[in-house]
Amino acid sequence: MVPLNYYLALSGVLFAIGTAGVFLRRNLITVLLSIEIMLNAVNLTFVAVGRYRGSVDGQIITFFVMTVAAAEAAVGLALIIALFRHRETLSPDAFTALKW
Amino acid sequence: MLLLIPLFPLVGFVINASVGRRLTKSISGGLACAAMIASFAVSALLVSQILGHEAAPLEFTLFEWMASGTLRVPFTLRLDHLSAVMILVITGIGSLIHIYSTGYMHEESDSEYARYFSYLNLFASFMLVLVLGGNFPVMFVGWEGVGLCSYLLIGFWFRKQSAADAGKKAFVVNRIGDFGFVLGMLLIFATFGTLDFQLVAAAADSRAIEHGAIGVITAATLLLFLGATGKSAQIPLYVWLPDAMEGPTPVSALIHAATMVTAGVYMIGRNAVLFSHAPITLSIVAAIGAATALMAGTIGLVQNDIKRVLAYSTVSQLGYMFLAMGVGAYAAGIFHLYTHAFFKALLFLGSGAVIHALAGEQDLRNMGGLKKYLPVTYWTFLIGALAIAGVPLLSGFFSKDEILFKTFTSTNPYRLLLWGIGMVTSLLTATYMFRLVFLAFHGERRSAAHHDSHGHGHGHAPHEAPPSMAIPLIVLAIGSVLAGYVGVPHALGGSNRIEQFLEPSFAVTEARGRLEAGGGVQSTDAAGVVRPVAVQDSHSADAGESTHDNTSTELMLMALSSGVAIAGIGIAAFFWLRNRAAVNAMTARFRGPYTVLLHKYYVDELYDAAVVQPIKLLSTGGLWKGADAGLIDGAVNGVGQTVRSTSNVLRRVQTGSIRTYAASLFLGVVLILGWYLLKFR
Repeated sequence: MVPLNYYLALSGVLFAIGTAGVFLRRNLITVLLSIEIMLNAVNLTFVAVGRYRGSVDGQIITFFVMTVAAAEAAVGLALIIALFRHRETLSPDAFTALKW
Repeated sequence: MLLLIPLFPLVGFVINASVGRRLTKSISGGLACAAMIASFAVSALLVSQILGHEAAPLEFTLFEWMASGTLRVPFTLRLDHLSAVMILVITGIGSLIHIYSTGYMHEESDSEYARYFSYLNLFASFMLVLVLGGNFPVMFVGWEGVGLCSYLLIGFWFRKQSAADAGKKAFVVNRIGDFGFVLGMLLIFATFGTLDFQLVAAAADSRAIEHGAIGVITAATLLLFLGATGKSAQIPLYVWLPDAMEGPTPVSALIHAATMVTAGVYMIGRNAVLFSHAPITLSIVAAIGAATALMAGTIGLVQNDIKRVLAYSTVSQLGYMFLAMGVGAYAAGIFHLYTHAFFKALLFLGSGAVIHALAGEQDLRNMGGLKKYLPVTYWTFLIGALAIAGVPLLSGFFSKDEILFKTFTSTNPYRLLLWGIGMVTSLLTATYMFRLVFLAFHGERRSAAHHDSHGHGHGHAPHEAPPSMAIPLIVLAIGSVLAGYVGVPHALGGSNRIEQFLEPSFAVTEARGRLEAGGGVQSTDAAGVVRPVAVQDSHSADAGESTHDNTSTELMLMALSSGVAIAGIGIAAFFWLRNRAAVNAMTARFRGPYTVLLHKYYVDELYDAAVVQPIKLLSTGGLWKGADAGLIDGAVNGVGQTVRSTSNVLRRVQTGSIRTYAASLFLGVVLILGWYLLKFR
């Protein structure tokens, strides 16, 4: 049986990759995909810890996270389309109107 | 029973104030008069029960008003000989003035009429509480209440700027005096632990008389006297009374001549024992009284407004009363208060009849020759003038001579000076009163025709007062003649009954037992029994065997002051009846003094420069522009300004870049989580 720490390490690596993607990629769609990676890293942790503790709680909450992720993807993509229509670009640095 | 006396006018006030607008004049006026007459009837009934020399005062405690620690203030009404005189004057003369008012105020609209009578009733009620109050706080309720009513009635025609200003002036000046009164009251409580008049008198009596030293009694009485100078219009706080003539004339008669302004005199009489223990205060009272009498008398000599002459005359006569109080002749002071109420009310009501007849004209220079148009007013006014001048056998003669005699024989070191001032004032009184009579009623009519245009539209001939005004005049005239006969001095074969009657009120009653037993708590049955020891040194000394030695002195003084009174009338007759040209010659010759007198010694201007303007300057420059606009507004605006400038710096942090926000969010989460991880490892 694979020890819990392996799962946690993998989850940490995935989360770090996702975070780096959010900060470093210049395309909003890729940023959205990076967020999905981060969410799935968390899902992996939940399932692994649930299995380790012998309870189904981790799996149940994963379903909730997946639901939220699906909704988030829908809203996020809609927003990205709206932004693209507005500015003809998908670079996050183009959208700086949210300030003084 | 005792409660009914102030309650009747109070009920009249409540009815007239609440539904008076919808009542006709005869109902609202009739109600007010009925309340006063009922109150007078009850007063007469109760006074008849305590007529005897040894009779105990009547007491009634309504409820325990304040109880805190050792402070016990029951709402006690007490009727003793002194307050008996006062309530008879207030309700008796008050009734007459109410009746007179129904005629005088008839031009007003229904609602104004009801408002007038509600104020007048309220005044009477408070005045009765003032004189019936058995301790300082209850007296103070009345004291403030009459001040309020005085303010309301002076400013009755408040749409007129000068009337509104005069009301305000009276109120503000009286506050200064009240401040002294309250401080005096507190000092008395701190010293004696009680505020009941009888207990304070008993406690003060057990102390030594403060000869030549300023002790606590001297301080307390001086503070009380400051209150008296405000209420009774003495130097330095007399300035409001002449301006108070802006009110309706019956108000001037009732409040500013007969009753309220005598409250200060009454208050000193009520605390006679206390004042007797402070000879320094008494000397000051006498000096202020004499100075006021002289000063107001001289001003009265040159004023041209008929009511202002009478106002200064009132100030002057009040000065006489304080002179009497100051030389320890309390009974003489109250006696003069009582006779003065008759003839001064008469004179004011007479002047009101003149003003009424001339449709609002008050300037003496526009009067003259009214004798044939207004016979009733003329004759009654003449009687009043004779009485105040001190012509023998009228009321003013007895009371004024009593004061002068007591001053002459007092122990005050400056008694001769005080007596001399009294005599000069007596001469002035006779002169200015008869100047008034001759200018208004004799000679040719000097009417200013334009004055007939406003007012009643009765045409050009002045009309005599209606019966509602004439009857009070006649009754008061009879009173002015006869009122003095309760105090015929021993020298003229009388027995000076009023002095004997009042004597118990100025002495300590047997209240010591109660002082030890129950602090200030009073029971209605435990009335004081008069202890025969009188405390005034001067006054009790000559009541004894020295009476015979004084008879010749008294007769001589009497002859002298009668002569002075008649001389005063003669001077007035010479200048204003026989030889008007001489007046102009005199004023031309003494231009300087005349101008000073005409401007009332520039006291108003002095107060304006010394008090009003500095206060205005302080309020405008210091408190308004400095403290309010500078400090308070500055603090409020400063907070806003600080927030604004800080935000100006802080808003630079908001770049609008999503990556920056995300990075700071991430960094924050890492830091917080990292901290928890390290802490709970």
